[in-house]
Amino acid sequence: MSIKHGLLALLERGPMYGYQLRAEFESSTGSTWPLNVGQVYTTLTRLERDGLVRAEGEPDAEGRQVYVVTDEGRAEVFAWFSTPVTVKQRPRDELAIKLAMAVTTPGVDVTLVVQTQRSATLRSLQELTRLKTLADDVTDAAWLLVLESMIFGAEAEVRWLDHCETKVARLARRRAEATSSGPGHAATGAGAADARTGTSSDIFRGSR
Amino acid sequence: MSTRHDTGQIATESVLELDDVTRVHGEGATSVTALRNVSLIVEAGELVAVMGPSGSGKSTLLHLAGGLDVTTSGQVRVEGIDLGGQSKSELARLRRRHVGYVFQDLNLIPSLTAVENVALPRELDGVRPRSARKAALEALAEVELETLADRFPDELSGGQQQRVAIARALIGPRRLMLADEPTGALDTESGEAVLRLLRRRCEAGAAGVLVTHEARHAAWADRVVFLRDGSLVDETGRATPAESLLEVSP
Repeated sequence: MSIKHGLLALLERGPMYGYQLRAEFESSTGSTWPLNVGQVYTTLTRLERDGLVRAEGEPDAEGRQVYVVTDEGRAEVFAWFSTPVTVKQRPRDELAIKLAMAVTTPGVDVTLVVQTQRSATLRSLQELTRLKTLADDVTDAAWLLVLESMIFGAEAEVRWLDHCETKVARLARRRAEATSSGPGHAATGAGAADARTGTSSDIFRGSR
Repeated sequence: MSTRHDTGQIATESVLELDDVTRVHGEGATSVTALRNVSLIVEAGELVAVMGPSGSGKSTLLHLAGGLDVTTSGQVRVEGIDLGGQSKSELARLRRRHVGYVFQDLNLIPSLTAVENVALPRELDGVRPRSARKAALEALAEVELETLADRFPDELSGGQQQRVAIARALIGPRRLMLADEPTGALDTESGEAVLRLLRRRCEAGAAGVLVTHEARHAAWADRVVFLRDGSLVDETGRATPAESLLEVSP
């Protein structure tokens, strides 16, 4: 997330003090991305250096300074809005990495990893849905869009986890078939999964 | 609404109880286990979502819960009454009294108006037409459709039809609501209105089971359970301890 562009977009609405920018940023995003005052001022200093904002007038009695967006800053904001966010700009996905590691690490019950994650994701999806029911369509419009983005994101994660579960089951079946001539790794895994969950044995059905 | 049963047993707050329920279709080598040792309790005021891929047993669970199918083993109790011990006509009466269904295909009768559709289950139950209509209008008011009460189904949008179906599902003293993909073909907004409504009905004291394959819809429930190949594998009410994720190699 670009704090720089977020602040520029806020200043596009009108001149603001640094502390106001912080409050506005947080209320627009429903405090999803809490900012500290230090981040705001560091960013403003950089924006001023690059000619995208400038300080206006003298600081008030408490030393607080009003900032306005420059023409260059305005152009930057509109360029930002008209450029799509690419997948590469997003942070690395810890869950995808964890699942990839789980699949290749011996002794890990991937199905259980998937189920545990899916329950957790659904719990946060429930929580987001609850927040949504409390929000007001008109006064919380910006916050609702952020919330819904998180809701759709969580939903996509659950769908992806379902997909992983199916793939892992297919993989286990294929491995079991390959080693069905003797008591191989897959057969041992089936016993262990059976004993603990009593339900996940299905994915090893091929080994019976 | 309390449970009135011949044995005079005291009503519990569990509206629906599935106790170690198994359902096998067919016999011998070609038999298919649709549901395997499933236990589930749904209490008054609670909305439970059942998630799972196609063929995982979701619809079988719903049919068993609503007395539309019978178990191979295990018990299903609605308002404390064991559905297994009932004759066909008793079962039909139980369903009308206690269970409301909201299915993907709405089953609204095209030649009846919205209010007539909603009143129908009450009339079948022997309630006089006038008071059935009054109850139906109240039910429609609850889903904010009282002004459209005299329209026919094909004069209503998909979302409005689904709300009529919900009103019909909950008219009278019934408090078990079974919904199978009730947001089926609806757009996001109308689908959400339906879910809000289900939620509100449960908060008002109904017990709801919502079958869906969409996580976004399941998230409206108090509890989400997952079905895989006929078994309940997990639910959101119970987190798995992280330690158990690693298998101990023998």
